[in-house]
Amino acid sequence: MNAEQANNQSTEQKKKKVDSPFKRSAKDFYKKLKKNKSALIGGYLIIALIIIAIVGPFFTVYDPVHDTDYMVKLQGPSAEHWFGTDHHGRDVFTRVIHGLGITLGIGFFATILGGIVGVLVGIISGYYGGRVDSIIMRLMDVLLAFPGILLALALISILGASLQNVVIAVSIFAIPTFARIVRGSTLATKNLEYIDAMRALGASDARIIFKHIFPNILSPIIVQASLFVATAILSASGLSFLGLGAQPPSPELGAILSNGRDFMWDAGHIALFPGLGIMIILLAFNVFGDGLRDALDPKMKK
Amino acid sequence: MSEEIILDIKDLRTSFFTEDVEVKAVDGVSFKLPKGKTIGIVGESGSGKSITALSILRLLEHPGKIVGGEINFKDKDLTKASDREIRDIRGNEISMIFQEPMTSLNPVYTVGQQIRETLKVHQGLGKEQGTKKGVELLELVGIPSPKKRITQYPHELSGGMRQRVMIAMALACNPELLIADEPTTALDVTIQAQILEIINDLQDRFDMSVIMITHDMGVVAETCDYVAVMYGGKVVEYADVKTIFKEPKHPYTVGLLNSIPRHDVDVDELEPIRGNVPSPNDMPKGCRFAPRCPFATDLCYEELPSLDKVSDDNQVRCWIYSERWDGDPEVKVNGPERTS
Repeated sequence: MNAEQANNQSTEQKKKKVDSPFKRSAKDFYKKLKKNKSALIGGYLIIALIIIAIVGPFFTVYDPVHDTDYMVKLQGPSAEHWFGTDHHGRDVFTRVIHGLGITLGIGFFATILGGIVGVLVGIISGYYGGRVDSIIMRLMDVLLAFPGILLALALISILGASLQNVVIAVSIFAIPTFARIVRGSTLATKNLEYIDAMRALGASDARIIFKHIFPNILSPIIVQASLFVATAILSASGLSFLGLGAQPPSPELGAILSNGRDFMWDAGHIALFPGLGIMIILLAFNVFGDGLRDALDPKMKK
Repeated sequence: MSEEIILDIKDLRTSFFTEDVEVKAVDGVSFKLPKGKTIGIVGESGSGKSITALSILRLLEHPGKIVGGEINFKDKDLTKASDREIRDIRGNEISMIFQEPMTSLNPVYTVGQQIRETLKVHQGLGKEQGTKKGVELLELVGIPSPKKRITQYPHELSGGMRQRVMIAMALACNPELLIADEPTTALDVTIQAQILEIINDLQDRFDMSVIMITHDMGVVAETCDYVAVMYGGKVVEYADVKTIFKEPKHPYTVGLLNSIPRHDVDVDELEPIRGNVPSPNDMPKGCRFAPRCPFATDLCYEELPSLDKVSDDNQVRCWIYSERWDGDPEVKVNGPERTS
């Protein structure tokens, strides 16, 4: 008793200023993330891209869709038109800035939508096990059996080509990847003693799932989400490129790229800039996701 | 002497169902627990003692199922209670503490959040009242500077501290029955004594009944009023604590007592019970202990003895004490000699 008390007192004196629990863990997390330089750069890049996507459209001089000017069509980059103009004489810079928001929006929406469903399905599957688990996971296997883009193609051919349907299609193929990861983590977590202890204290299934299992499997979900945003954006842009997503006047990056393809040899800049945009977004999310994985990995805790 | 019986288990049978076999983990266990008393359930790993405890709170995982018997808790048969009813009982009227304090607390919540949760579920206490009660509870289980501890995460506490927090959580709603599943096994000896002291002390204070599951005869001696010795899913001896230590009857009980080092006699070598616990899906036909019993006869291998009263305060499941005993009639099953 004495030794224990003495020990407690000494640690108490060491950290006199005690932050709130949440602040402490947030600080700890940032410290770890900061160590991983590329992840930090990815994170800042994502923030920068989001700010540009939100604020940018207020500062562009031209309208992305309606400002056609056939006098200046297919012109290369200049002081007037930073990224040049397209075949309708629209300013590519303006279109890319506006497109950034659409593309990021699709990525986030599809990930959130698919993530929510996938997490729910996975957690239920892992928690209840048995027949429920078998049925759900076989369904997920069926979804996973199709290559993502093929599944999206099939869905869009049923639903019709539109931006909204792209989000739905991409989120549907997000479901099995989330479900699998979440199921695995749930299986590992649900047999831990604190879950038994909570049950012994009278907690209901719903309370155990949402209050006790979910926060404990949050880190793989966050990592998967940040990596999936990149996949979603790539798929959505790909679908738009194939003409199945955003329809022509819309400045979605994949759609601009698709338009630019027709003028690849005469005016390569039309395809180049939206392509670069997509590339930077993907790079930022992937690098950030990887860094996040390292920072949230409990095995890396010192 | 009429005592109020708080828990009356009759012929409890719990099985695990694998693909094609039924594994009988608990096979016809009965005991009664009077209010305010402690019963120890003793046995080796695999004897079914933890499964008995989990059955009481209906906490068995999927392939496990209660297949028969009654668990009467204050006039209510828990085997027939609805999920809703059993949830209201868990943590409120019957609480349980577990073996592994290091993993029994959720790492993502502070101690305070976890204590408050129990209080919220069962008593609807808000954050402020919950924290106040939480600090009181931590004080009760002897945690120094509880105001600070309540804001800490489990990883900031030692094993003994965490077990105290677990006890505090289990006691949050003043349960009438506490099931302690090897509460001290994972702790070092000095902390063990403190934890047992806390449980004993709180039991007296709140007139709580305790089921103490353990394989440690020392813990039994210190805490229990009655003892049920389990072997192979069955109770083999049931007696009050003094009788168990003074006149153990079943060869298995004797074996358990013989395998503890003693401080009053100089012993060079402990006497172990030879062999292993039989696997539940390959139980001997007769007495389950027969293959390891030094006195076993053909009768023991052939037929399972019943749990019979052999003296005023002792029930034993052994042929030696029956009229049909076919071995040496002079056989003496002696426990370790007592000097006192």
